[in-house]
Amino acid sequence: MLLGGCCYPLLFLLDDNIQQEQRLRKGGFVNIAVCIKQVPDTETKIVLNPDSTDIVTEEIKWVMNPYDEYAVEEALKIKGKYGGKVTILCMGPERSVEAIRTSLAMGADEAVLLNDPAFEGGDSFTTALALSKALEQLEYDIILTGKQAVDLDCSQVYAGIAEFLSLPYVSIVVGLELFPDQKKALAKRETEGGEKELIEVTLPAVFACQKDLNTPRYASLPGIMKAKKKEIKKLGLAELCLNPEHVGAKGSKLKKGKYSLPPQRKAGIKIEGEIPEAAAKLVKLLREEAKII
Amino acid sequence: MPGIWILAEHKEGKFKKITYELLSLGKKLKSKSGEELCALLLGSGIENLANQLGPYGADKVYYLEDEVYKSYLNESYTQGISELVKSQDPSILLAGATALGKDLFPRVAARLGTGLGTDCTSIDLDNNLLKITRPIYAGKVLMEATIPQTKPQMATIRPNLVEISPVDSSKKAEVIKSKANPKKEDLRTMLKEILKGESKKIDLTEAKIIVSGGRGMKDKDNFKILEELADAFGEGSSVGASRAAVDSGFAPHDIQVGQTGKVVNPTLYIACGISGSIQHLAGMATSKYIVAINKDPEAPIFQKADYGIVGDLFQVVPLLTQEVKKLKSEG
Ligand SMILES: Cc1cc2nc3c(=O)[nH]c(=O)nc-3n(C[C@H](O)[C@H](O)[C@H](O)COP(=O)(O)OP(=O)(O)OC[C@H]3O[C@@H](n4cnc5c(N)ncnc54)[C@H](O)[C@@H]3O)c2cc1C
Repeated sequence: MLLGGCCYPLLFLLDDNIQQEQRLRKGGFVNIAVCIKQVPDTETKIVLNPDSTDIVTEEIKWVMNPYDEYAVEEALKIKGKYGGKVTILCMGPERSVEAIRTSLAMGADEAVLLNDPAFEGGDSFTTALALSKALEQLEYDIILTGKQAVDLDCSQVYAGIAEFLSLPYVSIVVGLELFPDQKKALAKRETEGGEKELIEVTLPAVFACQKDLNTPRYASLPGIMKAKKKEIKKLGLAELCLNPEHVGAKGSKLKKGKYSLPPQRKAGIKIEGEIPEAAAKLVKLLREEAKII
Repeated sequence: MPGIWILAEHKEGKFKKITYELLSLGKKLKSKSGEELCALLLGSGIENLANQLGPYGADKVYYLEDEVYKSYLNESYTQGISELVKSQDPSILLAGATALGKDLFPRVAARLGTGLGTDCTSIDLDNNLLKITRPIYAGKVLMEATIPQTKPQMATIRPNLVEISPVDSSKKAEVIKSKANPKKEDLRTMLKEILKGESKKIDLTEAKIIVSGGRGMKDKDNFKILEELADAFGEGSSVGASRAAVDSGFAPHDIQVGQTGKVVNPTLYIACGISGSIQHLAGMATSKYIVAINKDPEAPIFQKADYGIVGDLFQVVPLLTQEVKKLKSEG
């Protein structure tokens, strides 16, 4: 389902399959791509614009999507273990450079910003499409993402990337072990009711990271200084060989409608009195008013 | 003809409740569009299940039978479902926003080149156009959306939102069996092992009653009193935790409720020793009833709670357990 071939000179050297096989078999040097997004800080009070089509972004404090921090951390851990290169990809407006700098300060090696006015108003489909086009121009053995971005909470981009690049994926990853010499990984994923699955997957593959995976490091001061000087490559529509009809609001499959604020919960009653009486009264209310017990 | 399709999810020889919820929702959509309601079932040796869906509203059951579907993998399921969907061209395809539905549908949508609304809290039909409502920004905003240009229109629906409509035991569904195509040796993913959780309780996203503990629990062992209260409520209840409780090592991560944990939607949520941070509220604010037990009368959780008791949870919770047991034994 890849739209159009690439017409642009490749920005990175493509490593063919055989070379990749040989490199990994030696058990070293893993190329890791991490896709991140900049989102409003979770404390942010969200305000809608006058025509309720979007949120007001002026006062917002922007941060790296919390789940993406786990992806960056995992990439750095893998690099630490096997050697390798960590490349950050981020799609978004110019301000997203801040989130990219954070990941560079944590220790990532290179970064790419996917930025073009034509990308605006896109959905998970168009985002995954653009990211997969950028990834085609990179060498990667594994691709890491957060399990969802906490702004639009779609939780779809990792699957789209995997689909467009014909790769397998594992989502909600809470444990990851690589066997580069066998071109394999073992991922532990959270399912439900406390259950976990162990999935063996052939590399290259996409992994969507969940909170329990690791503890993200803080950027060090020298890291921050170094990150400031690093070049961030910019890729737009032309460099990604994308048709403007296929990206942004035009290319979106899920069309956004109106935004609204959910009904606010009102404070109910505080049950007064001595604790034993209050407890009895509460249980009675749960039975009679809420009809729960 | 085209059809409203729902993914019938099952586990250990039984349908999950979400399957009946989706069929009930499907019936409502069918009453507006007149299209047939079909269930999509994948597995091996589960004819008995295929035959159970008629009474819940299915006109047809597409049963993809193969050994390869014995254990779920997004790779094999995507292939089987996408091929069937391409051949039958349904207009709507729904699944539960469960662990399986959330993992699978994004890839199916990408393969079919169509749109998907994830984690929807409501859907409706207007002139054959699916009207999707889904929470964004951790539930601080509701977004409406449609998928006007491609088919099928796909959505995953949160569990516990739809009331199961009455069963018509005389209704039979036509079961259409098809052999599926993915070959085990072609798959690049393999399920090696399922690690069972410590708790036998049902998943938080499906629970009707959740007793949750926060930093105020002080210790891992103290979660026992929450377990006891949940047990007193009986089937359909489970135990949750705040992030502070999880990060302090009192509870495993998979029971964390909130923006970076699970989004839950029970009938009753009892928050014990939880202050009510914005990130925690994001995960439970849609609960039908919220009860707060906190020793600090100023705790923000009281602003959202239907009922609150100001007091020491170590005193309140065991008394609640006692009272619930007493009421239950009285019948
Ligand atoms: C990016 C990000 C994501 C986050 N995601 C989540 C998330 O998914 N879920 C989540 O929960 N949090 C999340 N948080 C953390 C959140 O900000 C709060 O820190 C957390 O929810 C606090 O948990 P708490 O209410 O248990 O602890 P506290 O805020 O410390 O509250 C403890 C409460 O217990 C009460 N208490 C203490 N002892 C007793 C007693 N004996 N009896 C009765 N009451 C008692 C106190 O009065 C107090 O109100 C996130 C934060 C960030 C930055």
